[in-house]
Amino acid sequence: MSFDAAYEALTDHDDDARWAYGTGFADPLAGVDTTVPADVDRADLSAYCLALGDDALIMSHRLQQWVTRAPELEDELALANIALDLLGQARLLLSRAAEVEDAGRDEDVLAYQRDAAEFRNVRLAERTDADFAHLVARLLVFATWRLALLDRLTASGDPVLAAIGAKGVKEVTYHRDYAAQWVVRLGDGTPLSHERMQAAVDAVTPLIGELFRPHPTEVRLAAVAVAVDPSALRPEFDAVWAQVLKAATLRPAADVPDEADSGVSASVAQDGADRGGSSGGPAGAGRTDFAPDGGGRDGVHTAALADILAELQGVARSLPGSEW
Amino acid sequence: MTAAAVAARVTDPEMPMLTLADLGILRAVDESADGVVVTITPTYSGCPAMQTIRDDLTAALREAGYPRVEVRTVLTPAWTTDWISAAGRDKLAAAGISPPGAAPRRAAGPVPLTLAPSRRAVSCPQCGHPDTEEIAAFSATACRSLRRCPVCREPFEHVKEI
Repeated sequence: MSFDAAYEALTDHDDDARWAYGTGFADPLAGVDTTVPADVDRADLSAYCLALGDDALIMSHRLQQWVTRAPELEDELALANIALDLLGQARLLLSRAAEVEDAGRDEDVLAYQRDAAEFRNVRLAERTDADFAHLVARLLVFATWRLALLDRLTASGDPVLAAIGAKGVKEVTYHRDYAAQWVVRLGDGTPLSHERMQAAVDAVTPLIGELFRPHPTEVRLAAVAVAVDPSALRPEFDAVWAQVLKAATLRPAADVPDEADSGVSASVAQDGADRGGSSGGPAGAGRTDFAPDGGGRDGVHTAALADILAELQGVARSLPGSEW
Repeated sequence: MTAAAVAARVTDPEMPMLTLADLGILRAVDESADGVVVTITPTYSGCPAMQTIRDDLTAALREAGYPRVEVRTVLTPAWTTDWISAAGRDKLAAAGISPPGAAPRRAAGPVPLTLAPSRRAVSCPQCGHPDTEEIAAFSATACRSLRRCPVCREPFEHVKEI
């Protein structure tokens, strides 16, 4: 194919595709039966889809930031592919949230036009990674938790959530294997890699508790068999976490207070240290004054989320509705 | 040509040696007085080719004399590599891409963790050597892994089983 032909192919708009941010993407749920089951509270279902979608969207963005920074080309590809899977899950879930909400918003509005305090992702997803060991530790925790969650979601009374769960299980199985294999390789590697992997395990541990704390929305929807009660996922998570740490010759972190309960965030200190400046924004104001029980599911985030949103939403906010 | 035959000939943008029918993502083509409804399913949730596939289907059907085309998505049952046709597997092998083996069957209980690189028997599409090693579980697209043959030393892609 000549260069001219390649250029033609990119610019010839005889179809509807827009390979740019926003506008023109087909609804990923186009043609899917999106009826809401009769006994389900629409506001709860929308909020639940939003939370699971935000987890995937924010984690995906953090993974994308590793592209061009990964230790090897193969890992770059792996992280980009994992990020893409999660972005796909996020699009399905945000579309479902918007549709159930029925307030005229769509996936783009939800992704690009909400402030940090309106995001419902767990804080684990927004955490910055000090090094590659931190990344694989965090990805292992995230994928192990999400895999257990999606696997149970396949039995959801909401057919769309059940379908998203069934597709996601296949994908996240690969994500978890990838992260676990790296944790073992680094943990059971050289003295230096072991030490850094152990530091990463210690650093991620305070973020684990939040994943299993049921939010009132989840409790209500679990009672009608639509959502998964996250506290039920803990035994499976603990078993996998212990299995990987053992294979990696790593020790579990000493009993640490759950970050969202302690009122002090390790990630805040870390983010502040490696960024150098204040990001401002809604989460910036909340650096040290978390509500005792507030977590990401309540919209209580670390400053790291504001940084992500500044990047994620920058173009969409400065050029609303733009396309090319 | 029937609408089903036209849709079945449209190829996948990322693996153009395969038609959508070969890949198993073309789930139904229904022709009625109101037009054509094509039902497709994504391979992976984030497959970026879905938009192009929708456009290609619409364009091919319009060109074949079907002006009214609706492309619908189904998410369930989730796509599996078991749906890649025998002809599709032959075309992949001919293009130097190792076709997938049988998709893993889930036993009851939690999804098992794989801590070692997969030891699945995958033969080399170049020299036919029966035992190759996995370099990475992810490759240029989500659906392919990267492997290497210990005999001819050639790296190759393998459509991984899901």
